[in-house]
Amino acid sequence: MDLFLQQFLSGVAIGGVYALVALAVVMIYQASDHFNFAQGEMAMFSTYVAWWLIAAGWPYWAAFFATLAISFVGGVALERIVIRPVEQAPVLNQVVVFIGLLVIFNALAGWLFDYTIKPFPSPFPEQPLFGNRYIGSHELGVIALTLVLLVLVFAFLRLTPTGLAMRAAAENPTSARLVGIRVGWMLALGWGLAAAIGAVAGMMIAPIVFLEPNMMIGTLLYGFAGALLGGLDSPAGAVLGGILVGIAENLLGTYVVGPELKLTLALVLIVLVLLLRPNGLFGRRIVRHV
Amino acid sequence: MAGLLEVAGLEAFYGQTQALFGIDLELEVGSVTTILGANGAGKTTTLRAISGLVRTRGRIRFDGRRTERLSPETIARLGIAHVPDGRGTFLRLSVAENLRLGAYQRRDPAGIRADLERLESYFPVLAERRRQQAGTLSGGEQQMLAIARALMLRPRLLLLDEPSFGLAPLVIREIFRILGQINREDRVSMLLVEQNAELALALADRAYLLETGRIVRAEPAAELGADAAIRRAYLGY
Repeated sequence: MDLFLQQFLSGVAIGGVYALVALAVVMIYQASDHFNFAQGEMAMFSTYVAWWLIAAGWPYWAAFFATLAISFVGGVALERIVIRPVEQAPVLNQVVVFIGLLVIFNALAGWLFDYTIKPFPSPFPEQPLFGNRYIGSHELGVIALTLVLLVLVFAFLRLTPTGLAMRAAAENPTSARLVGIRVGWMLALGWGLAAAIGAVAGMMIAPIVFLEPNMMIGTLLYGFAGALLGGLDSPAGAVLGGILVGIAENLLGTYVVGPELKLTLALVLIVLVLLLRPNGLFGRRIVRHV
Repeated sequence: MAGLLEVAGLEAFYGQTQALFGIDLELEVGSVTTILGANGAGKTTTLRAISGLVRTRGRIRFDGRRTERLSPETIARLGIAHVPDGRGTFLRLSVAENLRLGAYQRRDPAGIRADLERLESYFPVLAERRRQQAGTLSGGEQQMLAIARALMLRPRLLLLDEPSFGLAPLVIREIFRILGQINREDRVSMLLVEQNAELALALADRAYLLETGRIVRAEPAAELGADAAIRRAYLGY
């Protein structure tokens, strides 16, 4: 029972990281129908930025927020400079651009910071909180941070005029332009937010898997699986999907397939969702009257 | 009366295909102008060109300012609202959110609230369905929402692309009655593209007849409506 509870809770925690990756993927997907394959490598690169700042003597939280800001600006710049020219291009061209970005960020990180595995600090205490036996402080912190971030993203999308404009631009770009929304900048804003959310995911997973240029590959797969499971156009669904994937990964990995085959589960899940429920659990089918 | 919109030698292109071949058009402040013509004559393209949605050559002057090089979002900010072909409703957003988006570029909360109230008095059904997802509205309700959304921009010029399309006759009459009222009371100028020539001519002061991308007639609406040939070709009697 103890083992089950431990695995379950650590599944929720790691699921929180997948949820953040899924949320980042969905931010871009719902704004532009693009599946950003480079999301994981962008997050990895952001984590290196944080590592570099910390190594330069910055306090953890200062480095954390500076990394968020740098990632946001970087995401906006990436959309404006790299993605915008291929916006009207066929989908295959765009996929190639995303894969190109993936490779570039991966190589750039290896070149700038070399390929040796680096420890990355957790901002949370080493001792478990409240003397509990089931969940470590870092895991608890990840869950809390995920929830805070979620509330912020939702408040932004639901309650602010800019959030509303972003949703409008995602749904009907032409109509959005006709009411005066600068749709191009809304896309860039989506990329900036996705990059910042991804940066949080990277900084939270790095203390668990250690920092190296390939650290996000597994996480990105689980994040994709979570986003698909929840529904690609539903931020809330993506988060829930990510957490479910984390729980399933841990429990099945412990009791059924063993740790070696864990990553296969993500791929099996992706195939199953695409076969059985392509809209995901919460993806909306639009009700339409003509 | 002063010219609000002047279009001269307007050509429009979709890729290599030319859709408009030198359109001249003038619209006075406070007037309703209609563009009639068969399917594919270029009516929708003319509106899209004025809104900056298609590639054009020629001159467009709105309120004394050249607009043909401006982006659609900038043109909207100048005070041209467009009820597009197919209504352009944000189906996944609520009715209230659709209306709020109409006023996206305005910075006068009190004025926005007042306009919202006034429009909900014109279209009471929108007030009833404020929280509903816009995709669940009927066709007529969606058309009302599209018009209300455009008016939330507090435009000086309203472009209307076939507001009667696909609606029941009673609903169409109601919508045209409200359009007339808005034109008289709020002095919103309108450029109306319509298949339903009879209704359009009844509402309009001036009418243009478009054939394969060219203006072939430009007259006061009453005169065009009285022309026997026009009646046979476009009014069906």
